[in-house]
Amino acid sequence: MTIEIQPANPEPTPRDAAGSADSALVSRRWLLFKAAIALNGLVGIALAVPVLRYLLAPWKKDSSFTSWTSLGPIDAFPAGETRLAYYRNPSLNPWDGQTGNVACYVRREANRQFKVFAINCAHLGCPVRWFPQSQLFMCPCHGGVYYADGSRASGPPERGLFTYNWQVVSGDLQIDAGQMPTLSNSAELVNISTTPGDHKCSA
Amino acid sequence: MQRMKQTAVRVYAWFEHRLQLEGPVKEAVLHQVPRNTASWWYVFGSAAFTLLFLQIFTGILLALVYVPSAGEAWNSLNTLNHHIPLGWFLRAMHGWGSNFMVAIVLIHMAQVFLFGAYKYPRELTWTVGVFLLLMTLGMAFTGQVLRFDQDAYWGLGIGASIVSRVPFIGGGLVHLLLGGPIIAGATLSRFFALHVFVIPGALLLFVMAHVWMVLKLGVNDWPMPGRIVRRETYMEEYHHLTHTQGIPFVPGAFWKDLTFSGAILAAVAVCALVFGPFGPSGQPDPSIIQTVPKPDFFFLWIYTILSYLPPSMETPFLLTVPLLAIAALLAVPFIAAEGEKSWHRRPVAVLMVSTIAVSWGVLTQLGTTTPWSPHMSAWSGDPLPVNRIHDATPLVRQGAVVFQSKQCRNCHSIGGSGGERGPALDAVATRLTIDQLRFKVVTGGGNMPAYGKNLSPPEIEALVSFLETLHPPNEPPAYDASRRAIEASQARSAPGAQPGSSAAGQRAQPSLAP
Repeated sequence: MTIEIQPANPEPTPRDAAGSADSALVSRRWLLFKAAIALNGLVGIALAVPVLRYLLAPWKKDSSFTSWTSLGPIDAFPAGETRLAYYRNPSLNPWDGQTGNVACYVRREANRQFKVFAINCAHLGCPVRWFPQSQLFMCPCHGGVYYADGSRASGPPERGLFTYNWQVVSGDLQIDAGQMPTLSNSAELVNISTTPGDHKCSA
Repeated sequence: MQRMKQTAVRVYAWFEHRLQLEGPVKEAVLHQVPRNTASWWYVFGSAAFTLLFLQIFTGILLALVYVPSAGEAWNSLNTLNHHIPLGWFLRAMHGWGSNFMVAIVLIHMAQVFLFGAYKYPRELTWTVGVFLLLMTLGMAFTGQVLRFDQDAYWGLGIGASIVSRVPFIGGGLVHLLLGGPIIAGATLSRFFALHVFVIPGALLLFVMAHVWMVLKLGVNDWPMPGRIVRRETYMEEYHHLTHTQGIPFVPGAFWKDLTFSGAILAAVAVCALVFGPFGPSGQPDPSIIQTVPKPDFFFLWIYTILSYLPPSMETPFLLTVPLLAIAALLAVPFIAAEGEKSWHRRPVAVLMVSTIAVSWGVLTQLGTTTPWSPHMSAWSGDPLPVNRIHDATPLVRQGAVVFQSKQCRNCHSIGGSGGERGPALDAVATRLTIDQLRFKVVTGGGNMPAYGKNLSPPEIEALVSFLETLHPPNEPPAYDASRRAIEASQARSAPGAQPGSSAAGQRAQPSLAP
């Protein structure tokens, strides 16, 4: 038995012995190994570029998502009142289904003066409800309250309701819509302010 | 019979010769564990493991029917609930399995913490466990999104609003989270990929590492007061323990794991049968605004915190506290890798766990009742108690009408019904004088909007007159002492005249008489 085992533990061949003594000989294998790793690293980086580009596809400028969307004829909005209006989101995929339905509040302040509020509370985006009797918007989530002009009345929101830019084109009220308003993107849409009367609108 | 047995043995040997699994499996099954770890306290990890496989199994079954499309997901859930035989039961198993899994993982973590099981040499087991907890919570949140209903929709909105607060890159992160500018088809698709591929894949890898370390390092020995963990001596002590007082893991300790896992599976099934599946609630249509969105049970505490934080603290809190909490959890085994394991000698650890548990319980309880939310239909749905206006003057009755119609009731309760956002008004007249009431209504303040612009002067007078009547019969309303003193002195200087013209004045008069 012991004789049989011996070939399994052979004496180091001269080549191996030389390898351990002379690092130059071994480094040929290591060089090839390192070259193979480098090749895979390069291929990996080359593949990561399209993958990252694909993953970051939604990371676009806000303006690339929005476009002018009609809310219908201005006659549908009586002066001095706030009405709920609906539209389909302008950038839509066929499989978006009901999520493409969006609501907003239109307040006609005077004949040609409008304010269009996003439905989303400025706190955490919940849908606020309009109470015409008390002229207040109330949020069901954490109790944010806004006055009729959209300014903050009370509760956790840090600012007034988000507003859309609007224009009237041949008797149609249009808003610049297309993305969910949040604290990060609506700085362009409104002046951030909690005082009543502040608004920026393009007529 | 004998021949069949021989064939079976031969088949087994054929496979074993190729797979060579017998050695490692035997080693894992029969490895010695300290006798005192064969305890009912040590069954939560294996129960979490069992629940993970229940979730994978039921999840695959649901995926046979579920359609991960924003336009169709809600319909396919209703098909599962109502048209596929026992589809409701599998949805219920998956939903309750999820709740049980989060609960068991948290209990497991608390037990491991209290038993000092994260100390040397099991630091990495704990670290991996922290990631397993985060992934379990990630599965719970993404799963809630896949139940694509109103709550899922507005829950995503809350998530996007939180992410949008990140400085500079918040807008881009929102787009990445939602897969576009709004919550829509792309959003559901990416949450489906996260819930079904990404997180479960990572979860399985981490679970394998976790279990591997438990097998290799051995189950944590039962903590004894005074038995101190030291890096230099621990391994030797542990080996001594397992060799002198060890029992093979199977069946010595395993029968309890097996029993508890079976009981947990049975409990999930019973909950599924009795309570049924979760939702779906209303359709995910954002133009339906008559909704009161709420997160699932395990996220209610966050919902509560977000309502109680001062507005200015909210963004810093949201952006730092979760990261700090995770960092603290990860740091635990590196701060206290050595020392006492027993909870008898670690009062701070016990205090931390109980504080966190009580806070979590209170926050969750508040999140269930949401006292900070206006009751949106109280103004039209909750009538005033009749005795409040039974003998009232026309002005007071008109005030009661103003009180109801201007939504005051949405935030203020009377007679136990109505909102709890503001104080209950059953005895408000004993706290505020009529002038203070008028001032409060007109200017608001605190969490109350100012009604000055929204009410006409007659409406304000009527409302304040009504509020003035809200006091218990045996307790007079509050009055302004200086004004009353002037009225009293006027009454004395003109003895024939009626002292004070208001009803309140007449009521208070006797107490002022010298």
